[in-house]
Amino acid sequence: MSELTQRERLRIPRQEMPEQDAEERRENFNEVALGFTEELARKEAERCLQCARPHCVEGCPVEVLIPEFIRALRNGDIVEAVRLMKKKNSLPAICGRVCPQEVQCEQTCVLSKKGEPVAIGRLERFVGDYELVQRSCPLESSERSGKRVAVVGSGPAGLTCAVDVAREGHEVVIFESLHSPGGVLTYGIPEFRLPKSVVHSEIEYAAECLGIDIRVDHVIGRISTLDELLEEYNAVFLGTGAGLPSFLNIPGINYNGVMSANEFLTRVNLMKGYLFPEYDTPVKVGKKVAVIGAGNVAMDAARCSLRLQTLQAQESGEEAGEVHIVYRRSRVEVPARAEEVHHAEEEGIIFDFLTNPVEIFGDENGNVVGMRCIRMELGQLDASGRRRPIPIEGSEFDMAVDTVIFALGTSPNPLVFVDAEGLERSKWGTVVADEETGRTTMARVWAGGDVVTGAATVVSAMGAGKQSAADINAFLRGEIDPWA
Amino acid sequence: MYKILHKEVLSEVNKLMVVAAPEVARKARAGQFVIVRIDEQGERIPLTIADYDREAGTITIIFQEVGKTTMHLGTLEKGDELATFVGPLGHPTEVENYGTVVCVGGGVGIAPIYPIARALQEAGNTVISIIGARTRDLLFWEERMRAVSDELIVCTDDGSYGRKALVTEPLKELLEERGGEIARVWAIGPAIMMKFVALTTRPFEVPTIVSLNTIMIDGTGMCGGCRVLLEEGARFVCVDGPEFDAHKVDWGNLLNRQQFYREEEQLAIERWEHECKLEGVLSEGGA
Repeated sequence: MSELTQRERLRIPRQEMPEQDAEERRENFNEVALGFTEELARKEAERCLQCARPHCVEGCPVEVLIPEFIRALRNGDIVEAVRLMKKKNSLPAICGRVCPQEVQCEQTCVLSKKGEPVAIGRLERFVGDYELVQRSCPLESSERSGKRVAVVGSGPAGLTCAVDVAREGHEVVIFESLHSPGGVLTYGIPEFRLPKSVVHSEIEYAAECLGIDIRVDHVIGRISTLDELLEEYNAVFLGTGAGLPSFLNIPGINYNGVMSANEFLTRVNLMKGYLFPEYDTPVKVGKKVAVIGAGNVAMDAARCSLRLQTLQAQESGEEAGEVHIVYRRSRVEVPARAEEVHHAEEEGIIFDFLTNPVEIFGDENGNVVGMRCIRMELGQLDASGRRRPIPIEGSEFDMAVDTVIFALGTSPNPLVFVDAEGLERSKWGTVVADEETGRTTMARVWAGGDVVTGAATVVSAMGAGKQSAADINAFLRGEIDPWA
Repeated sequence: MYKILHKEVLSEVNKLMVVAAPEVARKARAGQFVIVRIDEQGERIPLTIADYDREAGTITIIFQEVGKTTMHLGTLEKGDELATFVGPLGHPTEVENYGTVVCVGGGVGIAPIYPIARALQEAGNTVISIIGARTRDLLFWEERMRAVSDELIVCTDDGSYGRKALVTEPLKELLEERGGEIARVWAIGPAIMMKFVALTTRPFEVPTIVSLNTIMIDGTGMCGGCRVLLEEGARFVCVDGPEFDAHKVDWGNLLNRQQFYREEEQLAIERWEHECKLEGVLSEGGA
């Protein structure tokens, strides 16, 4: 293809990514978004104006060399695109699928002002997927330094930190509490949004290239403590995430059929409950499911519920049920990624805005049969900058439900802090760490991701892992000694 | 992978396994538990630590075959490996010298009460133990329990061995006769037994500790499936327990929650038994 003019580039429409049809995908757990073909990727790459001062990179927490990798794609050199991508991001197949690009790189893309931004996320995914098959450009590490680093948690923050530290030639051991690495990528995000084969091959590939030792079944705080890790390792990075679920403090939360989104999603994703009884872990949804909350986790729980209901209905021949998202604010405040909300609506999830549960009812066997809710209205702005939801007096009403899933956000798991004297934490239980470097108040301990910020996004955790890795590397080179 | 080094058939449904898990053994203490998963398709189940040997690097588990997973586990032999063996989880038993204590173990609950009785005796307590089972064949570790108890009462529901009684009967007598002496009671067994132990000790106002075994997945506080209602609100068995004040537990809720997956459990058992039969037929045919 000869070089296009800028005017010609502007005329190319943003390329749509092929997707599984909404009707069809309600019946399976296969991936919804199918990815660009090479042809679509090259066409989309042609839309990039190669700005002299690109704003897209400013929007990326890990500063991917966006115009550079897109240029390589445009030139048809995918291997070069992979190489450029991996300079900053070692997990592109994952990020391409789960980053909220619309509020990051794509929001700051110059084209978003004039119309539609370059589909950077889709291109990133294309590059990542290509590499998972081709393995054209393995990550390499410098000469062995003899230094050892322990990374606690194998989610996005821990993995990213581990890769960047291992690249410098340090020996890295990752400790994971579950039986499979990936953290929230494995237990939380469903197969149809992020296939586990993608997660595992991307992690394995990176670990293999760099000789990273991933030890599963290791609950730090129990099998060994932070103090003990510091005896064996030169530095420790805490990327333990925010794994503790919250429940509303209302009557009835312990009836059968009430669960945390963590439990529900772990049963479905980590334990493959949707394949019960081939897999041993059961997962149960009723005919009328209420998911409380409207973040990404709520969308995931709702969409998994819907699929399970459809599969159950096929088996029993009965009618499929209903899945509601019950949210106390309005559509404007919904914190989930736009694409997830769109997909959820397409699939038939019902949104009950400005609605808040006040009590859950059970029958004589302790099973959920209903939920009392109250209507809300929006008042003045609150501390989060959103309008505060206020209950409307006398507006209570009852909903017949048999499953209630709480997706109200999560907080850090305190287990890892056993005997971690000197590690300061906030009143929300998050670790106090420097925003730029991830340094904690405990010498030789860094932290990043949800354990510091509370539940946020995959890529912001990766960004934090990256920043800490840079600081750890400088420390191990002897350039800095922050706690001296 | 975690190798099974030794297996003992304690009764038709109760099996003992010694598993190589040096890092877990290094930290294990009485009252804690492990999460076990047999293979890739397996579920994660909590099992209380029945014994540990730090030097040999082993953990002893004892389980009763009640569901598909425990039945499957029961078919494994020495040399087989488990996919997952995580621990030690939960808080250890708070061992102090309380004076005279009673340790009650019912059915498979005899296994986890053993290290607790031992630790309490080592701490200087006078330990009176009561162990019981439905019938003689389901009793095990009588001699071991005797070795760590100053007094041991054995009973069976059907009177086939020891005294014909439920464990709560000798417990009640002890409280009536020596109530003032008894500083604390520990009870581990089926939920219904622990409930009745709680009811038995309540009028005597003797602090009573139970170790709860609820449905759980990760065992680290992540899923919340194990939550139990106490007077003060919901608590997680995996990280807040597994031991709780028996007088504060909402037993009705606990018993209901154990039934939530009953249908699925039944289906899994039927499938498992069918598979076993098929395998039996196939291996006979091949022989």
